[in-house]
Amino acid sequence: MKTENAETNVLPLELHDLTVAYHSKPVIYGIDVEVPAGKLVGIVGPNGAGKSTLLKAVMGVLKPTAGWVKIFGEDAKDNLRRIGYVPQRESVDWDFPVTVMDVVLMGRYGKLKWFGWPSKADRHLARECLEKVAMLPYANRQIANLSGGQQQRIFLARALAQEADLYLMDEPFAGVDAATERAIITLLHEMRDAGKTILVVHHDLPTAQNYFDMLLLLNMRLVGFGPTKEMFTQENLQKTYGGRLTILSEIADAMGREA
Amino acid sequence: MSTVNYSRRLLPALLVLVIFCVVVPSAHAARPAEFVENDVWEQMMRFLSLRDQGVRLVLGGSLLLGIGCGVLGSFMVVRKLALAGDALAHGVLPGVVLGFLWNLTKDPLHLFVGAVISGMLSMAVVTVLKRTTKLKQDAILGIVLSGFFAIGTCLLTMGFGLEAGHKAGLDHFMFGQAAALDHLDIQAMSWVTGVSLVIVALLYPKFLLLSFDQAFASSLGLPVRFLHQLMMLLLTFSVVVALQAVGVVLVSAMLVTPAASAYLLTKRFHIMLVWAAGFGMLSGAVGALLSFLGSGLPTGPLMVLSASAIFTIVFCFSPQQGIVIKHFRHVNRQRRVVLENLLKAVYHASERDAHTSDGMTLLDLAKVKRQTLDTIQQDVGGLVRRGLATLSHDGDVLYLTDAGMSRAAQLVRNHRLWELYLTNAADYAADHVHDDAERIEHILGEATVRDLERRLDFPSVDPHGSPIPALSAKS
Ligand SMILES: Nc1ncnc2c1ncn2[C@@H]1O[C@H](COP(=O)(O)OP(=O)(O)OP(=O)(O)O)[C@@H](O)[C@H]1O
Ligand SMILES: [Mg+2]
Repeated sequence: MKTENAETNVLPLELHDLTVAYHSKPVIYGIDVEVPAGKLVGIVGPNGAGKSTLLKAVMGVLKPTAGWVKIFGEDAKDNLRRIGYVPQRESVDWDFPVTVMDVVLMGRYGKLKWFGWPSKADRHLARECLEKVAMLPYANRQIANLSGGQQQRIFLARALAQEADLYLMDEPFAGVDAATERAIITLLHEMRDAGKTILVVHHDLPTAQNYFDMLLLLNMRLVGFGPTKEMFTQENLQKTYGGRLTILSEIADAMGREA
Repeated sequence: MSTVNYSRRLLPALLVLVIFCVVVPSAHAARPAEFVENDVWEQMMRFLSLRDQGVRLVLGGSLLLGIGCGVLGSFMVVRKLALAGDALAHGVLPGVVLGFLWNLTKDPLHLFVGAVISGMLSMAVVTVLKRTTKLKQDAILGIVLSGFFAIGTCLLTMGFGLEAGHKAGLDHFMFGQAAALDHLDIQAMSWVTGVSLVIVALLYPKFLLLSFDQAFASSLGLPVRFLHQLMMLLLTFSVVVALQAVGVVLVSAMLVTPAASAYLLTKRFHIMLVWAAGFGMLSGAVGALLSFLGSGLPTGPLMVLSASAIFTIVFCFSPQQGIVIKHFRHVNRQRRVVLENLLKAVYHASERDAHTSDGMTLLDLAKVKRQTLDTIQQDVGGLVRRGLATLSHDGDVLYLTDAGMSRAAQLVRNHRLWELYLTNAADYAADHVHDDAERIEHILGEATVRDLERRLDFPSVDPHGSPIPALSAKS
């Protein structure tokens, strides 16, 4: 769709010395990353490594304590409409009285005027997005009556409806069966080929190797970022998963106590 | 399906009925000593005809508070903030009393400003505590609620001491007295409710998203903090509007109960808002009426009682989740299964003699089913009433009608197809499939049966070698 990014060579995402803290206890430290356009990037790291925190900081949901985030060369908060987000599935109440269609339409809300309601065109687009994740037949279902994999696809459709250029996805493969996983990864590859940049938090190492162009290894600090082939080494993975980085977490605890 | 439609139509009728039942006896109970039927009737007519200015004010106020509480309460219920509404309701009390003490009149503007300030203050305390401590929401709300309420009660007692003439007016803020509403109050209530509703309508998509997925909302760049504060402000408005008629103690019930009833009824949030507003108005109006008939009982508890009555009805009769409806549906289904099994037994018997005889004695039937003749007679009665069978003159022999025969064939067919499917496609052993098929045969739909047939390549015998009846005339 939009090829201008690749042409003008503006980085979709640039993190500089990014540090984020909860209650003044740092969770991720001094992250420096420059993500090139049109790449499918896997973010891997153990539980509590700060993967979700990183994504939230990129979108400005959490304010960094230090460093900055640039999205397509601009301050993150000025360019939010170019970001699409798929939160972790557990982050919402699935008994909420809305239908599948209602949820997907929410992807359009970022483009609404202050007092605006979604238009017919928005509905049309939402239907197309549902079609892409093969959920159109469920458009009028209440979300409570969906399986985990279906819920995940709804979130994906909602992100597609955002028509963004940079996508941030938090564990879109969690609790999804093999067939759905394949469908999703195919969709992600299509999106990448259309010039989108996609960051995906992923937990399964063996598949990570095949799915992603680049890997971002994270464990409170950046362990490594680069092409999958170079990153996927025994040594790197050891550094990422082999024991929490004890000194860092001790310091973090100490700082948390002091504050 | 038809049960659902039926009960959907039934619901409004039942509502009216039950409210009537609530109204009449409680009106009787209200004045046992000087009970005169005409009197109650007359009072009710007086209320319903809206002849009195006072009645109109009371009713108007009740409807207004019902809408506001229903709509804002719905947001609180789906956001799991129902208790925040309670805290807020108690949090406004100090402000109300101070607004009164300002110049010792019950001027709506002063009370309103005082209430809003102290309500928002209580919410601010909640936010600060949440951000700076590890305490969880429930404990924080508990502290703030009781603390503000205590301050309010102290101030109130001081207010009582100040001037006896005004104390009655303030007293109503505890348990509510709709009759105390005057023209100015209603005017203020209309404005506040109107403004709130307009804001909710304009910002509905934003509020919906905030309620469903706050992180996503802020990823879109929506000002979630501001939206949350705004929603809390509107909640404070609706609490203040309801305060005089419902009272501090029970306002939260008017926020939660109508919204909770609506939540049980629908799957769409905007429809929930409409139902909640409707239930809110109904409870308000009925509460006001009861208070009017009972000559001055506090309106708050009566409105909340009405709201609870509505909740009970919805809980019992809601088409999807109502327990009574569920029970009836279950009983119906069981009854159907009994009758259908009887049909099958007759069919099997006639199958054994190659469909030559065209009847079965009830005695044989009782033997096959291993049941008493009485039970069989009763069940056969059901078949006859449904036009599926007829009885001989002496009542001893049962004949299936055409409809009965084709329904029986259909059941047997479902049963045998399903058995075949389980053994062929799902790899069940042939001696494991019967019980499962016994259950499934009653619920297989036409489309599923056709699909099964196609998958099994239109079979003619089941795994035990019995023929699968062809689909004869349409049932
Ligand atoms: N709201 C919060 N308040 C305080 N601490 C938090 C909060 N959210 C996360 N944390 C802490 O920050 C750290 C990183 O959390 P984060 O959710 O980013 O991890 P993650 O890598 O996404 O883990 P997972 O694989 O389990 O999703 C954890 O130690 C967690 O305890
Ligand atoms: Mg996470």
